[in-house]
Amino acid sequence: MGVKDKVIKVSNKENFLKGFVKENPIFVFLLGMCPALAVTSTFETSLGMGLLVVFVLTSSNIVISLIRNYIPNDVRTPSYIVVIATFVTIVRMFTERYSPDLYTALGVFLPLIVVNCLILGRAEAYASKNKVIDSAIDGLGMGLGFTFALVVIGVMREFLATGVIMYGNYLPFGVDAPIYLFNFDWIIEGFVFLVNLIPFISFTTNGFTISDYSLAMFSLPPGAFISLAIILAGIQFKKVRKEEKLAAEKKAFIAEKKRIALEKKKAAALKKVGEN
Amino acid sequence: MSWTLFATAIISAMLINNVILMQFLGICPFLGVSKRSSSAIGMSAAVLFVMVIASAVTYTIYDLVLHPFDIPYISTIAFILVIASLVQLVEMILKRYSKSLYKSLGIYLPLITTNCAILGVSEGNITGIWTATMPYWNGLGLAIATAVGTGLGFGLIIFAFSSVRERLDSSNVPKAWKGVPISLVVAGIMSLAFFGLVGVI
Repeated sequence: MGVKDKVIKVSNKENFLKGFVKENPIFVFLLGMCPALAVTSTFETSLGMGLLVVFVLTSSNIVISLIRNYIPNDVRTPSYIVVIATFVTIVRMFTERYSPDLYTALGVFLPLIVVNCLILGRAEAYASKNKVIDSAIDGLGMGLGFTFALVVIGVMREFLATGVIMYGNYLPFGVDAPIYLFNFDWIIEGFVFLVNLIPFISFTTNGFTISDYSLAMFSLPPGAFISLAIILAGIQFKKVRKEEKLAAEKKAFIAEKKRIALEKKKAAALKKVGEN
Repeated sequence: MSWTLFATAIISAMLINNVILMQFLGICPFLGVSKRSSSAIGMSAAVLFVMVIASAVTYTIYDLVLHPFDIPYISTIAFILVIASLVQLVEMILKRYSKSLYKSLGIYLPLITTNCAILGVSEGNITGIWTATMPYWNGLGLAIATAVGTGLGFGLIIFAFSSVRERLDSSNVPKAWKGVPISLVVAGIMSLAFFGLVGVI
């Protein structure tokens, strides 16, 4: 391969952390949008998908980085795809064996990790040019950034759709039965309890539960598009604010400079008049 | 095997289980290529073309090679390699025999290899249609019908969406929503409309 190892002066920590905010694959680069919309209807499926992608991305980055000097430039992409597809097949077998519910929930999107633009993109852009350890850190960071983005969308959608966050339905690790990680009813119960602490007040909610007021649309396909749109709009809003602030500062700076120059001119003109 | 079964497969794949709005396959070209109607038509024609050929080939390989030799677990690797080489082959054949078709579809063909809709439909055919007892020709017919329906559904949505987007360009959208966020909202509303078709068949 013709490309020489690039010497990039980036610390391991920076290399690891860049995937979370600065170069987040979903929120910034819009890579891997298909799983970001399809499997994020609950927190757990998002987490499961994210962890599978972390594994595939890290191991394929390591292998591609190891063999980068032996692959001819012309058949680069097919070779990368074969490496990635091998790891996806391994992951698929493991998931089917140890977490069959997650396997059915992810469905066709499990084999589709092969064509996730994020993984091939990292192989092309990073692993084919960098050393093994750097590539491994890059894969781990980018994968966890992807997982982070998926989990943010998943938590938002599951909360809006049901009012609770569950764990244990699809990922049977560490728990015997499904448990609630968060339940909006707890907040209501706490509120009722606090109000009833005040003497002479007995306050009931008349059987109010959050599940009667949830927005089921957010667990369905339309909700996926709209929740991702809301998150992206929030990010863009922040960016626009920052740009506007910078532009305003620049404008103020130029106006100040102009004012100083004008004053100097005036002073010079006054001096001239005084001399005459 | 009656014709109604094929018609049902086409309609269901095109409108009810729409590839973009319901199954979330092929979102990247949906957001990337659909800025102008002409390129949207070119892209969807190329996708339809490759999707039908890829579905037929992958179904055949699974039914006649992978299953008899008892290696179905290798399907992901086999399919992606077949699709990648198939796209190259189609490109070469078009270049040699049909210059006009190549000119209109050619630039979209390399993009298709990493289009998850193609691999998704191929895998979906295996999980959804293929059974060990089904005769080969019936299964092949259903797989092709599904591919045609999916391709048409892809074209329908991507064309409608590009038309909406051309008008969105000239409208006054708040700065924070400009670009991808407003497109996703449009897609969400379209998806909501298509959700009304669930349960028709």
